[in-house]
Amino acid sequence: MPNAPIANSSPLSPPGPAISIRDLHVSYGEREILHGVTFDVPAGETVVILGGSGSGKSTLLRTLVGLEAPTSGDVIIREKNLQMLSPEEWRELRQHIGISFQSGALFGSMTVGENVALPLHEHTNLDPSTIEIMVRLKLNEVGLSGYEDYMPAQLSGGMKKRAAVARAMAMDPEILFFDEPSAGLDPIIAAGIDQLLLKLKEAFGITIVVVTHELASAFLIADRMVLLDKGHIVANGTPAELQASTQPRVRQFLDRVAEPELSQEIDYLQMLTGEVPRPRQ
Amino acid sequence: MLSPQSIGAATLDGLAYVGSLARLGAYATVAAFKDMFSPRRLAYGRAVHQATAVGIGALPILSLISFFIGTILALQAAYELRKFGALQFVASAVAISVSRELGPLMTAILVIGRSGSSFAAELGTMKVNEEIDAMETMALNPIRFLVAPKLFAMLLMMPCLTIWADFMGVVGGSVFGMIAAGFTFKTYIIATMDALVLRDVMTGLVKSLMFAIVITTVGCQEGLRTGLGAEEVGRSTTAAVVKAIFLVIMVDLVFTAMFYLNAGPK
Repeated sequence: MPNAPIANSSPLSPPGPAISIRDLHVSYGEREILHGVTFDVPAGETVVILGGSGSGKSTLLRTLVGLEAPTSGDVIIREKNLQMLSPEEWRELRQHIGISFQSGALFGSMTVGENVALPLHEHTNLDPSTIEIMVRLKLNEVGLSGYEDYMPAQLSGGMKKRAAVARAMAMDPEILFFDEPSAGLDPIIAAGIDQLLLKLKEAFGITIVVVTHELASAFLIADRMVLLDKGHIVANGTPAELQASTQPRVRQFLDRVAEPELSQEIDYLQMLTGEVPRPRQ
Repeated sequence: MLSPQSIGAATLDGLAYVGSLARLGAYATVAAFKDMFSPRRLAYGRAVHQATAVGIGALPILSLISFFIGTILALQAAYELRKFGALQFVASAVAISVSRELGPLMTAILVIGRSGSSFAAELGTMKVNEEIDAMETMALNPIRFLVAPKLFAMLLMMPCLTIWADFMGVVGGSVFGMIAAGFTFKTYIIATMDALVLRDVMTGLVKSLMFAIVITTVGCQEGLRTGLGAEEVGRSTTAAVVKAIFLVIMVDLVFTAMFYLNAGPK
């Protein structure tokens, strides 16, 4: 049975984790994608959510940033339960979080500088010259000095991701979310993005949540790892704990072992009738 | 086969769609109004950019089409009028049909093709590229940033384009008048002005405002409803054009009937 919603804690209560997820269920129509996910993201740490295609990791990220509504369960960010937020509270919360999407999601009709400046124009009363300086600072932090006047279409894949990080950093967020930061990049550029994430955590103490299926990148940047499989958490711990795990599903993912063929007749029939065989533990 | 249930369900779906357009239009109007009094007024600058694209960009092709429509109308009217030796009424026939009906309608259909489809494609591509999601997560309202400037620009430009289309239609008719009906350009324009009353032009302008709302809301609604994948952008664009043409003609019918009933027997 889903838990009752947790009330927003009082300002006097001790600071908890940056993000708390409790018994989270998310469905698309009749199809449930996340089946009771529970874990915490400690403040100032980098948590990597791992999982194969269709494991529900992108749905989890979209739920954490309010793009999907949970069927039941709670997501608590900055001690506020997302399901109990008014539109005004959402607006306030979103100024404290930054998101870098898989495609970068830069606004194609604006220059890189205008993309980074947009949240500052909208949510602060800074004058244009101060905003201009801040845009230069943010672009410098991600190694894109001098690219203010470029259009997103003129940037390479890695530069687009860096520009997206600069935009996500514009409001100096406390929490940064990354959706597949290394996807589609060559190993050298991907390593550069990993270094950037490490730098952001060390320099600014930001809490970072990364969704990825790139193992090398995950082990490099993670303080904690959560492994999702078909909407369930199968492992949650430090990189060393996951590496030492003997759970078959964890080992299969970390050792990159392909799914076994459907050798038994009953499995094959279940597949044809749409009943997906349960993974053998 | 059509059953009463399927007809009923389709009717309800249609009404729900019109309701969703009305809601989007209302949100966009409120957002545009609020933006006018906001110190930042980001959407206002975007509206000027949209107005240029919607209005100035459409002028050359609209001028040509309206000119030819005016000439065609004069030819069709003359076909009957010459049987009665009444070719001098060509100017009135062209003026009234262009200003009351064909000017606004042809302008609307052209704007659907140029701008309605472009609204759907632009918003659809932004949806596929996660730009709309990015906007929401940055606490920026996509309706205020994307829909309101387009609605503002269309409400401003559609009446202007319609007036221009009316004028070019009259000029097109005058070519026939000068060649085949014994008019000079000056006498043709005088005959046109004598035939028109303010009400004819206002009828067309009221329709053009309604068409602006329909074209913007349908284009933006279809764009915002785009699913995942590039082919969905094509589907949204096609749907925006087809639905906007259908709804513009429905709105035209309703307003023409209203103006007819309101005019009363003469």
